[in-house]
Amino acid sequence: MTSLAIAANGLRKSYGEKVVLDGVDLSVPEGTIFSLLGPNGAGKTTAVKILSTLVTADAGEIRVGGHDLAADPQAVRAAIGVTGQFSAVDGLITGEENMLLMADLHHLSRREGRRVAAELLERFDLTEAASKPAATYSGGMKRRLDIAMTLVGDPRIIFLDEPTTGLDPRSRHTMWQIIRELVTGGVTVFLTTQYLEEADQLADRIAVLHGGGIAAEGTAEELKRLVPGGHVRLRFTDPDAYRSAAAALRGVTRDDESLTLRVPGDGSQRELRAVLDRLDAAGVEADELTVHTPDLDDVFFALTGTGTVPAQPAQPALPKEAAR
Amino acid sequence: MSTLALAVRDSSTMLRRNLLHARRYPSMTLNLLLTPVMLLLLFVYIFGDVMSAGIGGADRSDYVAYLVPGILMLTIGGTVIGTAVSVATDMTEGIIARFRTMAIHRGSILIGHVTGSVLQCLASVVLVGAVAVAIGFRSTDATVLEWLAALGLLTLFSLALTWIAVGMGMASPNAEAASNSAQPLILLPLISSAFIPAETMPGWFRPIAEYQPFTPAIETLRGLLLGTGIGHHGWLTLAWSLALTALGYVWSTSQFSRDPK
Repeated sequence: MTSLAIAANGLRKSYGEKVVLDGVDLSVPEGTIFSLLGPNGAGKTTAVKILSTLVTADAGEIRVGGHDLAADPQAVRAAIGVTGQFSAVDGLITGEENMLLMADLHHLSRREGRRVAAELLERFDLTEAASKPAATYSGGMKRRLDIAMTLVGDPRIIFLDEPTTGLDPRSRHTMWQIIRELVTGGVTVFLTTQYLEEADQLADRIAVLHGGGIAAEGTAEELKRLVPGGHVRLRFTDPDAYRSAAAALRGVTRDDESLTLRVPGDGSQRELRAVLDRLDAAGVEADELTVHTPDLDDVFFALTGTGTVPAQPAQPALPKEAAR
Repeated sequence: MSTLALAVRDSSTMLRRNLLHARRYPSMTLNLLLTPVMLLLLFVYIFGDVMSAGIGGADRSDYVAYLVPGILMLTIGGTVIGTAVSVATDMTEGIIARFRTMAIHRGSILIGHVTGSVLQCLASVVLVGAVAVAIGFRSTDATVLEWLAALGLLTLFSLALTWIAVGMGMASPNAEAASNSAQPLILLPLISSAFIPAETMPGWFRPIAEYQPFTPAIETLRGLLLGTGIGHHGWLTLAWSLALTALGYVWSTSQFSRDPK
């Protein structure tokens, strides 16, 4: 068994009357990406703030990087790097000065500091902008500088709080690439996100935070297995073809108004072929065929209810199934 | 690294950051200098003759001598308003949250601000002092020791007002609120002995003017530079400075060690 980079037991935190975290357990093995997924206001940021020593928990045992967070916060701080939701760069000074500031605070020698700063600026494609004030950077550049600053001390555990919120698709993919590269270097990444796709793309394990607790935890595959939702969708324009197809296929859900059939299944090649064979045998051709595999959206809506995120017609919330 | 070495190293890093801000954006520092310089010129060249007669002086140059120590103390009060604003602004920035999650000396963030502010106060005093000298201010036979004591007094008073301003900045949600709550620091000198002697003020008001922090500090500086009597003002200044420093320190650090929102 690999050792844990982050281990939290019974994490509790309330702000006044409002209970934000109500007994959260987390364990993140070294060298993995762990994603805390949840709607806005679920307490993701609070969890990161606690684990990164920024705020104190009301209760709970926390070990980060092998150190007891309550007893030795400075040792935890020495092991971690944090990139918060809101840019933690000094906008008044240049990108390079921001990097050198970090180098100084990590007590690197002047020469070493310059080397590390130049290297990271290069790696994050900021060399050209290095002498401009950080306040003039675009959102994506600020976020890259933010991460570059976090990496100056070569932290073994990195907290990324919604690192791609507000970024355009291109910057988001760049950020994903950066995060993947971090982990190949053996770094542990604790990532919060409200984007299911992001967790699916990056995380080894995902925990869904809802109502102050962990609603579900597992790999993306495990979570997807929690809810049914996979199907092949066939749409017709000819009512006769629609009826023949409905007769030829077993176990379909009919939608007579839109002439659409839903064939439940896992979307595998074998199943798809069986569906197509039956349609061929009946001599009908669908006008449109789509394969829908259960994704984290299904899981997310099933676990957290529809109140916090707009429901999508094709992927209804399935609270009953999830409860099974 | 020992705790002390860590504190010194991190604090000097933070100081460098604050001085970099001040150097990159000098407009605020210079704006704050405007008030003392304007008041100096106004009181010397517009009101000078009347004021001079009021204090029993022969001509305007007597009033220049009387006025300058007060203007120098007022300069400190004005400069630390900038400190309150920059602390308030800084605390709303994400970078402070980053500092808090780093293995650095906890106090270095505030120490950097305080040291930077005191240096800025002294630089401002030198600049305003230069204007004063340019319009005819001269010290009368101050010894080297008295000059050093004057420098020490200005530093100590800057430190005291700085800590109060840092506390005000920490307590303010934004720059505007910080600027407002720090206003008394430049208004207090107006009701001190900076412009007219306290004993010429209405009787009921005199104690307020006499025992507020600025009057003893101004009287002490006057004594050191111009050879007027210092008397109990020296002790009062020392007491006020230490008390304000301690109060500001406890207020600021207790706010800083609280969990950020």
